[in-house]
Amino acid sequence: MSASRVARSLSPFPRRPLPPSEEETSAQGLPSQRARAPLSLALTASLIALLLLLPLLYLLVRTLGIGQEAVDLLLRPRTLRILWNSLALTVAVTAVTLLLAMPLAWLTVRTDLPGRRLWSLLATLPLVIPSYVGGFALVATAGPKGMLQELLAPLGVERLPSIYGFPGALWILSLLTYPYLFLSIRSGLHSMDPALEEAARSLGHSPWQAFWRVTLPNLRPSMTAGALLVALYTLSDFGAVSLLRFNSFTRAIYVQYLSSFDRSLAAVLSLTLVALTMLLLVAERRIRGRTRYYRSSAGAVRHRRPIALGRWRWPALLFTLGLISAALLAPAGVIVYWLVRGLLAGEQLLPVWEAARNSVTAAGLAAVTVTALALPVAYFNVRFPGRLSNLVGQSVYIGYGLPGIVVALSLVFFGANFVPFLYQTLAMLLFAYAVRFLPQAMGTIRATLLHLNPRLEEAGQSLGLGPRAVFLRITLPLLRPGILSGLALVFLTTIKELPATLLLSPTGFTTLATQIWSATDEAFFARAAAPALLLLLVSALSILLIMSQEPGD
Amino acid sequence: MSFRDRLSRDRLSIASVVALLLLGAVLLAGCQVPAPQTTKESQASQEASKLVIYSGRNENLVGPLIQQFREASGIQVEVRYGGTAELAATILEEGKNSPADVFYGQDAGALGALNKAGRFAPLPQAILERVPERFRSRDGNWVGTSGRARVFVYNTEELTEDDLPDDHWGLTDPRWKGQVGWAPTNGSFQAFVTAMRVLEGEEKAREWLEAMIANDVQVYPKNTPIVDATARGEILVGLVNHYYLYRFIAEEGESFPARNYHPRGGGPAAMINVAGAGILDTAQHPEAAEKFVAFLLSETAQRYVAETTFEYPLVEGVPAHPMLTPLDQIPVPDLDLNDLDDLQGTLELLREVGALD
Repeated sequence: MSASRVARSLSPFPRRPLPPSEEETSAQGLPSQRARAPLSLALTASLIALLLLLPLLYLLVRTLGIGQEAVDLLLRPRTLRILWNSLALTVAVTAVTLLLAMPLAWLTVRTDLPGRRLWSLLATLPLVIPSYVGGFALVATAGPKGMLQELLAPLGVERLPSIYGFPGALWILSLLTYPYLFLSIRSGLHSMDPALEEAARSLGHSPWQAFWRVTLPNLRPSMTAGALLVALYTLSDFGAVSLLRFNSFTRAIYVQYLSSFDRSLAAVLSLTLVALTMLLLVAERRIRGRTRYYRSSAGAVRHRRPIALGRWRWPALLFTLGLISAALLAPAGVIVYWLVRGLLAGEQLLPVWEAARNSVTAAGLAAVTVTALALPVAYFNVRFPGRLSNLVGQSVYIGYGLPGIVVALSLVFFGANFVPFLYQTLAMLLFAYAVRFLPQAMGTIRATLLHLNPRLEEAGQSLGLGPRAVFLRITLPLLRPGILSGLALVFLTTIKELPATLLLSPTGFTTLATQIWSATDEAFFARAAAPALLLLLVSALSILLIMSQEPGD
Repeated sequence: MSFRDRLSRDRLSIASVVALLLLGAVLLAGCQVPAPQTTKESQASQEASKLVIYSGRNENLVGPLIQQFREASGIQVEVRYGGTAELAATILEEGKNSPADVFYGQDAGALGALNKAGRFAPLPQAILERVPERFRSRDGNWVGTSGRARVFVYNTEELTEDDLPDDHWGLTDPRWKGQVGWAPTNGSFQAFVTAMRVLEGEEKAREWLEAMIANDVQVYPKNTPIVDATARGEILVGLVNHYYLYRFIAEEGESFPARNYHPRGGGPAAMINVAGAGILDTAQHPEAAEKFVAFLLSETAQRYVAETTFEYPLVEGVPAHPMLTPLDQIPVPDLDLNDLDDLQGTLELLREVGALD
């Protein structure tokens, strides 16, 4: 190891941004690890990535044999325009969610904001609101003739300005997806070395300067991981954009599938979306950079003293409450309104316990399986950088960026024709969830892993542990914040998942999400209310369980 | 706390969350594991009296009906609910290995698409004859089970029926600028456009669509939000299927400020589409499947449909719900549902005029 490297690694916190020099690239691995990834790890991670690429294979199969028609469809000015629409919405939603999630995460993790644990819980819950429910609630409240207009009617307001199109889609998708960033940044803040900020402060930085020059750059992996989740969710969402009448690319894919049953043309459009996903992946990689984020000096992890907000407490509280009201209370209020109105009209509450049980079973198993599958992929990707591991790390995002219906139908195709004994079983459903949502767990684990100094692992090795023991006894326990966030994200997203659940679950397997969908689809709003509230409740309990495992205050 | 203690504590708590999640999931799953089958014979006899239905019709609408069939027949019925188009696409992807016996869908378009792909087996004549010819497939491969009328839904606080135009062409009048809603992604709307192409010709259909767009027609994702928006006064008129209105009335009461109007001049906007069923060519339980389709056309089922889903019964002798205009009083166009199978053509037309992206 060169003298300069030693000097740098002993400095209290790494200079940033570090230039991504050749040396740095290889410095991510240590001499002992630079050699090669254990074959079993490389194989496992690659196999998982390959399986997750099945939808891509399906799309290629479906595209074969069509020529001119596909080219015509792709090159129509309208196609290019909706592609632009989707891209613009994606960028805008990502930017807005960053502005919402960053302060919220910082306030709830680092400061003495009153009630911060409660706010953390509530701020996470919008994740479980299916986007078609969120969209419907927005139209019902803030639509041109919605509840808000009814309230303002005595003041002479006849009609509110239209929320349809870009503004409405931006509003609802931002409020439904900011928790991805929020959870991701939270785990970043938890796994960051507090000594970095303290050192910055002791060197004369103001708290504000310390935040900008130390905290923020250190959070880059968490932010890009969360932002990628938000961006790809936005790209593949159908429920919200269709209710808010925004012409996105995903909407066009649904229309092609569902109106004409022409699967080839839909496949061509889907492949375009894959290309867009890859573009975002490249962007993420560039922004994340190749810097080291782990703590390099020795030192004990200490209890962190919360920053006193002082008179900033009230604006901070106002911001937090405002966000939670818009994202959670407004939709929940509409749902309660449906319930009360239905009950008053004599609607009977249907038993939804079985659906609740199925939901928790499927989402719980999915959380554990998907996170377990994400672990080797993230570990391989971070600890053994190289062409293969980059490819593996990026390819798992393809399924996440595709519309749910495309993933579901591709697995219908492979399942029914090649593994009929697995088709429409719980195992198949879990696999579908992995294809759709593995990046959620991988992103948070990867971000935490980037904060973890490989020297700790090396120390274990030098003390005589094998690679497996090092992973189980050192890496895994230190990855706790990332694993917990991963479990939470996957749980919350799968519990509301619809297309794959409808097509791939065991026949007759109803979940809360399918119940809500089936009721709202035919305008039985009162019947949608009970499962929707139960969904919120069950999710709140699960998040509580997961959050109780975070480092205490 | 020593480093080692900390590690073991951390490991413990992660393990405990995972263990709790797994334990919970397994316990919950355990509650619903079906009783194990004891002998091969009982398995075989169960196999014979089994039936798998793919239902694009909503569980809230037909769930109780299927339960009645389950009880009356003793057949072990499994139902997969989903969107009509999604399930039709699923059957196409499943190919020969489809576990489905019956496809029960809510529009003639999806039934036609599966039939075109050769996925239906012929139905017995006795079943087909229960329904007038125009409500079933020409080759006898699927049959309509209930009727769904296209209507204009209108806001009763602003309009009376007399204010409304004779047919869909009247809606291109500047008086309705920005006041009409449609759902171009909706299967029933697309069936109406296909009907217009068949009845009035490609050019007239294009002209109407372009005139509507020029008249600032409002776009909605499907029927329900249109009825909702009409009642709230966001728009005055919506192009929808007839039965959604009655769901809103059932939930919100008679005072719900919207009603249906069957265009008095007839034409494609007054057409009747059907929900229907077909038996798959790969059905593993064809006998049970036939029983089920026959049940859907029984008087019991037809009465249920009339009273609960507010659709039109198609079997002679079963009256429609008293709130509805009787089927024979609607100026229905002379249209064969079998001619509505050019879905891609309609989609292309909608794209060309800019109704769809």
